Parts: sequence; structure tokens; C-alpha cells
Amino acid sequence: MELLAFGKTGWGDELFYATLMTIAVSITAMLVGFFFALIFTPLKLSKYKTLNLVGNFYTTVIRGVPELLVIYLFFFGGSGAIMYVASIFGYYEYIEINAFITGSMAIGIISGAYSTEVFRGAIQSIDKGQFEAAKVLGINKFGQFYKIILPQILRLAIPNLSNVWQITLKDTSLISVTGLVEIMRQSYIAAGSTRDPLFFYSFAAVLYLLLTYISMKLINKLEVKYSRGY
Amino acid sequence: MDFDLMITSFPKLLGATVVTLKLLSASLFFGLFLGLFFAILRLNKNIFINKFAYGYSYIFRGTPLLVQIFIIYFGLGQIEYLRTTFLWVILKEPYWCAIIAFTLNTGAYTSEILRSAFQTIKPGIIEAGKSLGISNKIIFYKIQIPIAIRQSLPAYGNEIILMMKGTSLASTVTLMDLTGVAKYIISTTFKPIEVFIVAGGIYLFMTFIIHNVIKYLEKKYSFQQ
Repeated sequence: MELLAFGKTGWGDELFYATLMTIAVSITAMLVGFFFALIFTPLKLSKYKTLNLVGNFYTTVIRGVPELLVIYLFFFGGSGAIMYVASIFGYYEYIEINAFITGSMAIGIISGAYSTEVFRGAIQSIDKGQFEAAKVLGINKFGQFYKIILPQILRLAIPNLSNVWQITLKDTSLISVTGLVEIMRQSYIAAGSTRDPLFFYSFAAVLYLLLTYISMKLINKLEVKYSRGY
Repeated sequence: MDFDLMITSFPKLLGATVVTLKLLSASLFFGLFLGLFFAILRLNKNIFINKFAYGYSYIFRGTPLLVQIFIIYFGLGQIEYLRTTFLWVILKEPYWCAIIAFTLNTGAYTSEILRSAFQTIKPGIIEAGKSLGISNKIIFYKIQIPIAIRQSLPAYGNEIILMMKGTSLASTVTLMDLTGVAKYIISTTFKPIEVFIVAGGIYLFMTFIIHNVIKYLEKKYSFQQ
């Protein structure tokens, strides 16, 4: 137990901050994922074949390639790509992006591919009559989407989005390879310096279980809220 | 774009694909039996057996695969007693540790898939078997299992693809699988995009094959309409 003490004698506070880091990366990645879903869902539902192709390319490639490989691409290629873009604008200094941004971008792009599929499925399962009725009532495009379509999408999408959240949360453990100090990395450091890997990795497993358990409870509440009237 | 690097790294990556496929097939093979075993436990009426099987699948589905590999590879070696048993022959090899972790992980997901497949079988089918005087054992092996396999094919296909992506984590315990070799080439040449295209292409090709095989099987075993 003294291994988990707070302060200088134990690893309690380090692991606590690492847990907060995991939560922060997961939330950022999830939001980045929503941003990508916002771009690619309309592309996948578009009437134009070329736009469909772009959308399908994104979801197929990301969902067919291991997460770790995507993370390595960002880790080794991220700052190179940024420097290349900067050089076009005439900036030639060395740019280093920190591990947090690299990690949440990489995980975000992965989570975005799953979110895109979820939103596409949800939008497609909404009855066409809903769109038509909204149009007939003379509601403007903005109101149609935010007041009529979106609430219905959310009801259908939340159970699947909770799966995406679980995947995202678990994928953040892979960012430890880039050196960002989240639960996995901190356990690795603690295990290395105390020579007690069994304890620290098991404790990491417990922390992840706690996070998934708590988030499931919260999401269930949301689910209840959005399925009122059904 | 460095096409020479792409061409020279292709045979190396293809060689590493063999390791990936070995890991995948071994863990799917053992995982299917483990999954079936725990799915049957889940259907048991005894609450302790039931809870035990649920706990297994909850723990392995609620924690990242990386933690599971690290516990087995780094953690278990710490137990002095284990080092004296025959198990140590297996547990000191990263290859077997990876297979054990993958098997336990895919077993948990497979047990959930099979459980829900068993539960969707209509009671009428089992009752029909019973009224024809077929023994419970034969009803299970000849009626329930074939229907459950058909029901779970789409979900199991997804699980195979997820597991294929999961095998990339073997590279974190020093195994040189497809991702491991790709990382090695990237870190020696600093050409991430070229290597990513080749390695990602190989992974996508495997996904494509798995997807189509499952689709073919689904069609083959679909019910006569």
C-alpha cells in the first residue's frame, strides 16, 4: 500500500495525475473525432460518387489499419509534416509538437472514423418523412437540423457512441509509446523503478476498469435523457 | 516520395506479416474455444458460475489490450513460484505471452458474441427438437451450435479484424511483427509516410480478404428463405 502513497514516498499522486491525463486525452480525442465526423459524415451521405469515395476511403483505411501504426505515423511524421507546411509559408525553424497534441490527434482521427460510421447509420435510419415534414412546415434549414433531426440522431447514436468512447479510452493507452505520461506510461515508469510490474500494471487495469465503469454510468443517464418519449 | 524505400521495405514487411498471421491464427483458434466455454458458462443457471463468466468478459473488455499483455509478459515473471514450474518455459517467451494475452482478450469478446447468438435462438426450435425425441446433447451440438455460428458470423468477422489490428501490440513486447518491423524501418530511415503506405496496405489487404471470406460464409450458411 505504501507504493500508492501520495507525496515523495509513493506513486499515488503521479498515478492520479496520469489518470487525469488519460481522461483529458480521451475527451480531446473524442472531440477531434466529432470534428472529423462532422466533415466526413456528409461526404459519405453525399449524392456525388467522388465525395462518397473520399468518405469511404477515410473510414476504410483508418478502421482497417492498426491503431499503433497510425500513432507511429503521427509520432514520427507529425512534426515533419507541420514543418513542411510551415516552410511553404516561409518558416524554416525546427518545430516540435508535444506528445499531447500528437496523441490526441492520432487517437482523434481513429475515433472519428468510428463516429462517422455511427452518425451515418443514425441519419440513414431516420425516416425520410421527418425531413419532408420539417420542410413542409416551413422550418429553415438550421431549425430542421438542430430541432428536429439532431435530437433523433442523438437518441439513436448515443448507445453506439458510448462504444466509440470505450474504444477511444482504451486506445489512449497506446499513446504511452510516444512518451506522454498517462496511466500506462506512469505505470511503466513506476514498475521500472520499483521492480514491481505485476502490482502497477494490475493497478493500471483497475484504473481503466474504474474509468469505463464510471463513464458507462454517466452515459446511461444521457441515454435515458435522450430516449424520453420512447 | 521515396519509391525505392517502398520497394526495398516491401519484402521485409511481407516477411513480418507471417509473424502477424501466426499470432492471429493461434489466438483466434484458442480464443474460439475459450469463448465457447465461457459462453456456455454464461448460460448456466448457477449464479456463481454465471457471475464468474460475466466478470471474466467484463474485465477483459474493460481494460486495454496493452495492459493485459504487460501484466502477462512483465508481471507474471515476478512471481517466484511460477518461475519454478513448467509454465515458465512458456511465459518467458514473448511470443507465447502475446498469444496468451490475445487469446484471453478475444475469448472475452467471442463469449459475448456467442452468448447473444445462443440467446436469440427461438425456444420453439429447441422444443421442436425435444418433441422429436432428440437428446439434449444432440440438440446442443446439431441444432443450437450451427444456428449460433450462423447468427454470430457478422459480429465474429468484426472481431477477427479487431484482433488482426490487436496483434500489432505484440511489437511492444519485442516481437517483430508487421507493425514492429514497420516501426523499425521508420525509426532508421525517418520516412514514416512511405512505410505507413506499404504496411497499411498489407493490413488493408488482409482486412479485405477477411471481410470477403466472412461475407461468403454468411451467404453459404444463410437460412433457406
